[in-house]
Amino acid sequence: MIPRHFYIAVSILLAAVLGMTIYGWHMRGRAAATPAASVDTLPVVAPIAGPTEQVTLFVAYDDVGILHMQAAHIPLPSVRQQRAEELLRALIALYLDKYSPHPLPPGSDIRSVYLVDPGLAVIDVNAAFADGHRSGVLSEELTVASLIQTLAANIPGILKVKILVEGKERETLAGHADLSAFFDVSAVNQLSAQLQSVQ
Amino acid sequence: MRSIRGRITWRLPKAKLCHPDRSGAQRAQWRDLLFWQLITLTLLLFAVLLLPATAPEKHLAVYSTVANYSLPIVQREGRDYVGLLELLDPLGTVSAKSDPPRWRIHYNNVLGDFTAGKSRALVQGRDADLNGKFLLENGRGLVPLGSLNSLLPRILGGPATLHEESGRLFIGNVATHFTASVSSDDPARLVFHFTAPVNPSVASEPGKVRLSFRREPLTAPASPMLTFGSKIIPSADYSESNGGAEISVTTTIPLLANFSPDGRTITLAPPKAQASASAPVPPGQETTAVSVPVTAAPSATSQQSNNQSPLSAPPPTSAARRYFAVVDASHGGNDRGEALSPALAEKDITVAFARRLRQELESRGISTLVLRDSDANLSLDDRAFFANSMHAAVYIALHAASNGHGVRVYTALLPYGGEDDRGPFRSWTSAQSSAVPLSQAAAASVAGEMKKVQVTVRTLTAPLRPLSNIVTAAIAVEVAPPASDLSPLTAPDYQQLIAGAVANGIVAIRSQLAAAP
Repeated sequence: MIPRHFYIAVSILLAAVLGMTIYGWHMRGRAAATPAASVDTLPVVAPIAGPTEQVTLFVAYDDVGILHMQAAHIPLPSVRQQRAEELLRALIALYLDKYSPHPLPPGSDIRSVYLVDPGLAVIDVNAAFADGHRSGVLSEELTVASLIQTLAANIPGILKVKILVEGKERETLAGHADLSAFFDVSAVNQLSAQLQSVQ
Repeated sequence: MRSIRGRITWRLPKAKLCHPDRSGAQRAQWRDLLFWQLITLTLLLFAVLLLPATAPEKHLAVYSTVANYSLPIVQREGRDYVGLLELLDPLGTVSAKSDPPRWRIHYNNVLGDFTAGKSRALVQGRDADLNGKFLLENGRGLVPLGSLNSLLPRILGGPATLHEESGRLFIGNVATHFTASVSSDDPARLVFHFTAPVNPSVASEPGKVRLSFRREPLTAPASPMLTFGSKIIPSADYSESNGGAEISVTTTIPLLANFSPDGRTITLAPPKAQASASAPVPPGQETTAVSVPVTAAPSATSQQSNNQSPLSAPPPTSAARRYFAVVDASHGGNDRGEALSPALAEKDITVAFARRLRQELESRGISTLVLRDSDANLSLDDRAFFANSMHAAVYIALHAASNGHGVRVYTALLPYGGEDDRGPFRSWTSAQSSAVPLSQAAAASVAGEMKKVQVTVRTLTAPLRPLSNIVTAAIAVEVAPPASDLSPLTAPDYQQLIAGAVANGIVAIRSQLAAAP
């Protein structure tokens, strides 16, 4: 014979299950009735206004395989890190232009630039930048030198640069330029000097 | 028992049964006979059943980055077959549904549709040739072993290389390569260097030492027969069979195997007692490096992290140098390099240039090793590792490009900092640092020769591995067409012109390169 307290315990548990089910059903209905919050995953572009500043961009030219130093006037925020990001975005915008001297794949962008003292800059580019980049020693080298030299020329105090893709380390940019190590800014400076003239 | 008796009665001649004094004894005899017949039949049946089991069962050894495992190979209609579900199971999420004669398999997001008795299948809606009939046995899908080379890349989305004869399957970049050299010590020692830790079983017999690799994805050197020019250890053979690899070393004296702590080096040396009795190594045969990683095997793997084991850099000497130059055809295998045109990959141009450059260098008396002489995968670390192991005087990496005109000669753009050298060990990331002046001299010499033949040339530094990991003079030559037309890249005349100029550039500073420590 089944004891009486067992009956009672099972009845209570069943009642609890039934109650929870009704409550859950009710809550599901309420959640469905609540209007979904608008979700916008697009990045918010920081409003940049104010006076423009003159900066020096090192622009790559594929046809002759050189880096050309040119001045540009762009609005820059006051915060050092944001300045670095805007600077490189201005450079990328040149490369994404219809008449780009050094075309980059559509959708290429700088995700972030981190300035870490002492003297380290980390440039984080998006996947589109690297995945669709033209392969070749010179092509990749021009891109790397252009980014680093532009950053170093306008943001003082940078000694070494690391380039990440989507926040992760990558062996090469597009099969050639080594991204696994830290770039020595002084060595890249010498490389830029070599790249500014056709020997 | 009743039926047996009945059978006896039926078989016995009636006349004999009529003799009452003999019938009991005869029955007993027949019963004994039958008993022994039954025993014999049973034994025969067991023998028939056991014989196939005692024959060596064929296995397929599978090496992948996820797991190493082996599968039985079954014989059907005179061909080797493997179960596809069992093969894919350790590699990812897989399920199969049998609906005879159709059999469907899901591997991750890939759908394969097979039909029993058909030699074609659909993988992701695309037709695939199986090189034989697909078999369905009790819901188990069997594919011909030979179909794996073409079938697996489509299912796995990556490379797979099958060594069908030996039953070894390499999935992804997993292969382990090795070099072997006999040292100039007295007595001589045979030193194997592997690109990944290994743990073979070692067996010795008179005149032979066998290293058997059952678990390691070891791949063949350029030639399966390695000759060392040593009287004590004249040669070694590489062979593969039934899912394993073996290196068989021929020796005139007993050898003992010694494993390095990291498992990447195995030294075979005579015991001390034998040392004094061992024959001296003839002059000029002190050291010979013989094995090179230029197989068509799937690829190399051991990704030595930059911060991991630093490169051992024993001081190279001209006596220890078998090859003066190492020519590296960049890219290869899965790494196609730049797509110069829809049908022309950089990896194919570089290997063609490398062969031509070897010819040009050797015609000028410079012994040359081509690091990649086939469509093999070779990681950057492995390229550096093998180039350094060769103790060559100069390393030349070859690239091809559609961008720009003429030739670019690169030396290493060294990274920031890098680890400090530790005693005889050099930092992996900046191993090139002490050789930069020599590399620049080599680049300038090559550029000078290019100008002599009116080829547009630039000398630059570049963040290009493995230049920074090479301990000797190292340059990279990137060949672009003379004009916008790409066809000269494949033209023998243009290749000859460039290869000749590079060879002349190396010859011009040969003494300087040879004198380097």
